[in-house]
Amino acid sequence: MKFSRIIGKSMEGLVKACGYMSAFTVLLIVLFLFREGISFFTLTPIEEGYSLWVNQNNPVQQLSAAEVKDIFDQKITHWSAVGGQDLPIGRLTLDELAEAYTEEQLGVSFEHIPDCINHYIDSLPGTLAFFSDQWVGTGLQGARRLDMANITPAVFFSDTEWFPTSLPAARMGVLPLLLGTLLVSFFSILFAVPLGLAAAIYLAEIADDRVRRILKPMIELLAGIPSVVYGFFGLVVIVPLVQETFNLPVGETALAGSIVLGIMALPTIITVSEDALRTTPRYMKEASMALGASHWQTIKNVIVPYAASGITAAAILGIGRALGETMAVLMVTGNSAIMPTSLLQPVRTIPATIAAELGEAPFGGLHFKALFALGCILFLMTLAINLIVERVIERPEKA
Amino acid sequence: MEIPKGVDRRKRIVESIMFGLARSLSYGIVIVLLLILLFIAKQGIGVISWSFLTENPKDGMTSGGIFPAIVGTILLVIGSMLAAVPAGILAGIYVNEYAKDGPTKRFIKLMTNNLAGIPSIIFGLFGMALFVNQLGFGASILAGSLTLGLLALPVIIRTTEESLKSVPDTFRQASYGLGASKWYTIRKVVLPSALPNILTGVILAIGRVSGETAPILFTVAAYFLPRLPTSILDQCMALPYHLYVISTSGTNIEASRPIAYGTALVLIIIVLLANLAATALRSFFGKKVKTN
Repeated sequence: MKFSRIIGKSMEGLVKACGYMSAFTVLLIVLFLFREGISFFTLTPIEEGYSLWVNQNNPVQQLSAAEVKDIFDQKITHWSAVGGQDLPIGRLTLDELAEAYTEEQLGVSFEHIPDCINHYIDSLPGTLAFFSDQWVGTGLQGARRLDMANITPAVFFSDTEWFPTSLPAARMGVLPLLLGTLLVSFFSILFAVPLGLAAAIYLAEIADDRVRRILKPMIELLAGIPSVVYGFFGLVVIVPLVQETFNLPVGETALAGSIVLGIMALPTIITVSEDALRTTPRYMKEASMALGASHWQTIKNVIVPYAASGITAAAILGIGRALGETMAVLMVTGNSAIMPTSLLQPVRTIPATIAAELGEAPFGGLHFKALFALGCILFLMTLAINLIVERVIERPEKA
Repeated sequence: MEIPKGVDRRKRIVESIMFGLARSLSYGIVIVLLLILLFIAKQGIGVISWSFLTENPKDGMTSGGIFPAIVGTILLVIGSMLAAVPAGILAGIYVNEYAKDGPTKRFIKLMTNNLAGIPSIIFGLFGMALFVNQLGFGASILAGSLTLGLLALPVIIRTTEESLKSVPDTFRQASYGLGASKWYTIRKVVLPSALPNILTGVILAIGRVSGETAPILFTVAAYFLPRLPTSILDQCMALPYHLYVISTSGTNIEASRPIAYGTALVLIIIVLLANLAATALRSFFGKKVKTN
């Protein structure tokens, strides 16, 4: 008796601990995502182990990632453009140093490199030097280390360029990715919702039971097909189709992504809206019919309005699925991180960016953390959608 | 009673047009979706053979089979279910049998729903941060299984909860009346009668887990590993990742297309079998359980 009570008590403890596991997991996910994601904003957009150097008399204190990239792309050629003196900017990297000095001057084991850099910067005061810390060590006497501005959240969300691996300074603007994600999801839902609603109305109200019993499991089955299979199908069928129809150089476009995502979202939208339509009480339908309304008028004026919140939830749920979908989108949208201007253009979404780039990002580095910051954005978007759906549906608890 | 003729006729015509539209759209959707499956089946059926299923990939994955990927997927399914099934069932028991109605229960259910709604790529990021790096498992079957297990957890919690809910309260009361303790009642009365429905949920979770790609990208999947893993800290190949690799970034995409079709078909067959098994189980025990 006593023994079984001990077992009962300890099982209760175990069961309770497991009960909290999903809450604990969500908490851990938040912790790990945001720890890496937020620390992104404390890093300077220059690769770790590298630094920029200028002449001691140069009044410029700080440069942003965009300015550094433009300087090394030769789009900015004068210090006056970034608030400095009226001097042309000269770029100095290891390659240029090796050209300017002989091997003898650089030293047998390159021990004189710091002196050479000093000499170069001294003789050409407009120089911006970019070197690995391996060469410049603790510092240069004649030059000053130039600070780079952190990528602030404001820059992160407003910069329109995503070049996470460009040297010397990466540009990480989330805007093209965010807009790409929203564009693809929005258009997928635009055609999936009307189609899904029509099918849900058919299944809930029009189809007889025999047809319904065949169609319903098929739709449920299609919800289980892995996204990578849909992506593969999109790649071999939809992409060539889009390319030929619109006579495009490449078929991997936002449109192809929207079509594939729409197809994938259909089963969810159909199932959830059908459930919503079925909650309409029988007496409401009968009252409408008794007043002389046809079946269609009843559907249009009574059943669909009654189920409106459930149908909205279905659409929002569909958007949530589309926002987070990774593999299918990665395979059919072409993945170029540019500001989307049309549906017939390659785009890149946030999940696809994470999937494509995390494998190559050095662990713990700037790029790695930037991808976690993207993960945070995606997490917050889907969390908001889940909470909205909870609110909209307000499932009555059945005892 | 007199019905104005014109209005009635118009009503009927509108109705039949709208019904026809809804019907053809519904059939259209199902036909398109089936065409996708048939298309892949038609292209892939010629590829699948005994040697395709039991040989290693050869010639830069342009010929040979997919054996290591099949084994990898099986290992990941087993691993993830070992992690998710016991915890998920216990969590479902807590929600339905122990937790009292109130804010705590609402909170747990909300969190379970949120967990189910998190995109799979986030699970991939999380699995990489926690299992691969923080806990030092490296990219391994262990890390991949745990990541996939977390993904399957809400599915199993929710099916367990629904299954337990469908067990009549009279069963519990009868057991208590005979002097059984709460845990004894759950173990001997409630769980056995809910088991078939729980099993259905587990099978559907297996179908889902075997097709997931994003969570395993950084936690376990190997691009090409023509041998079988030797320990749970080894990487392995997996079917969905293999399909992704050979259809987008293989050494020769055109030459490996037939293999891609074959792999896609194998994946579809796994999902199909899982669904059939679940349906069979459901109708065998004559009970319905909601799973989504």
